[in-house]
Amino acid sequence: MNLTIKYFGMLAEATQCQEEEFLFSQESVSDLLKMLFVKYPELEEKDFQVAQNNQIVSKDSKIETTEIALLPPFAGG
Amino acid sequence: MSRYNRHIIMPEIGPKGQEKLAKAKVLVIGAGGLGCPVLQYLAAAGIGTIGIVDFDVVEISNLQRQVLFGTSDVGKNKALAAKEHLLDLNNTIQIETYPYQLTYQNALNLFRQYDIVVDGSDNFPTRYLVNDACILTEKPLVYGAIFKFEGQVAVFNYNNGPSYRCLFPEPPKDGSVPNCSDIGVLGVLPGIIGSMQANEVLKIILGLGSVISGSLLLYNALTAQTTTISINRSESQFEKVLSQRDAFQKKEMKNLCETSTFEVDIKDISSYRNIQFIDVREMHEEPKVDLDGAIQLPMSILESRLNEIDANGTKILFCASGIRSLKAATLLQQHGISHAYSLKDGVQALITHQKNKEHERA
Repeated sequence: MNLTIKYFGMLAEATQCQEEEFLFSQESVSDLLKMLFVKYPELEEKDFQVAQNNQIVSKDSKIETTEIALLPPFAGG
Repeated sequence: MSRYNRHIIMPEIGPKGQEKLAKAKVLVIGAGGLGCPVLQYLAAAGIGTIGIVDFDVVEISNLQRQVLFGTSDVGKNKALAAKEHLLDLNNTIQIETYPYQLTYQNALNLFRQYDIVVDGSDNFPTRYLVNDACILTEKPLVYGAIFKFEGQVAVFNYNNGPSYRCLFPEPPKDGSVPNCSDIGVLGVLPGIIGSMQANEVLKIILGLGSVISGSLLLYNALTAQTTTISINRSESQFEKVLSQRDAFQKKEMKNLCETSTFEVDIKDISSYRNIQFIDVREMHEEPKVDLDGAIQLPMSILESRLNEIDANGTKILFCASGIRSLKAATLLQQHGISHAYSLKDGVQALITHQKNKEHERA
């Protein structure tokens, strides 16, 4: 399955892109994260939530759509 | 009422809507990048009572985005300086100032006096405190946060919707998320995000349109793209906060991130370990004090000589009255010396303390 992954805030700095296509054949969000952490070791140190099809989901949920977003918290004001 | 003519002539608002605004009470946490536009638009719109919480002072580097302030405000407390400008904008409204830090001790009483709370703070300890206090006092929270070119807006705890903890259950690890003062921010971005927060406040009061509840709006200033992400309400997150109601006021603002300063009282100094005193007064200033291991780094040269400070241990900074040392503590914390505190009441507090100790020994 070809996923589109969007990165926000400091995550986009870690990956050096705001969006990318990612070929993925496994099941869950956590499987995907493991692969992303190999590709971008910096990501593993960041706090973020995962959205599937613009809905926040838990990291053990199954991947059911092709659109994934990784959202970090922002502190600034 | 000609001041509000452009509101009143719209049938969606009319005199009734304007009356709702006049009766509303809105508390704004932080008069910084987000707080400034929020305050300006709320004051202009005729919100009857506006509260402003900010312990910080205006710095020259704030003016690039905190457009409520002018150069002559540098050094003034932000809440007080904001009030002056806002009363010039609209002197028919009530403005209450709280020129001190929001804490677990003062938050609940403060929030109870208002209808809506707006979060324009710049650190996670305050954001979680604001969220939890809004849950405990049942107030809607109009949230905004920024990072470089991106912003987030949402309304939490509104009409049975989710809270900030339903999105991000726990604060991130210390220092893992940088702040505007560490990493920079496009000046106009807080203007956009803060204006969106002001818009949410007005919609809640007027009952117009749809509020950004149950979702998070993300805005990217470089691409002009917005993304909306849905968030589910998590009952367990609410229960976690509600179950700690009794303990709430006993909590302390620990883990305050780099950009937040705090002061220490001389009587509490014995609870800190491995203390080094730093005198930030200029070389000629009196009275001199004799302290073990103390160093003198005058404010005028402090920034250029930060590398002389050992980042380990507790740094207690003092000056004549505690104003310059508070700035110095901010500076040190911004440069990663996280255990830097400003001594309240300055050198006099220190001298009195030393005398008392001598008396005890004698």
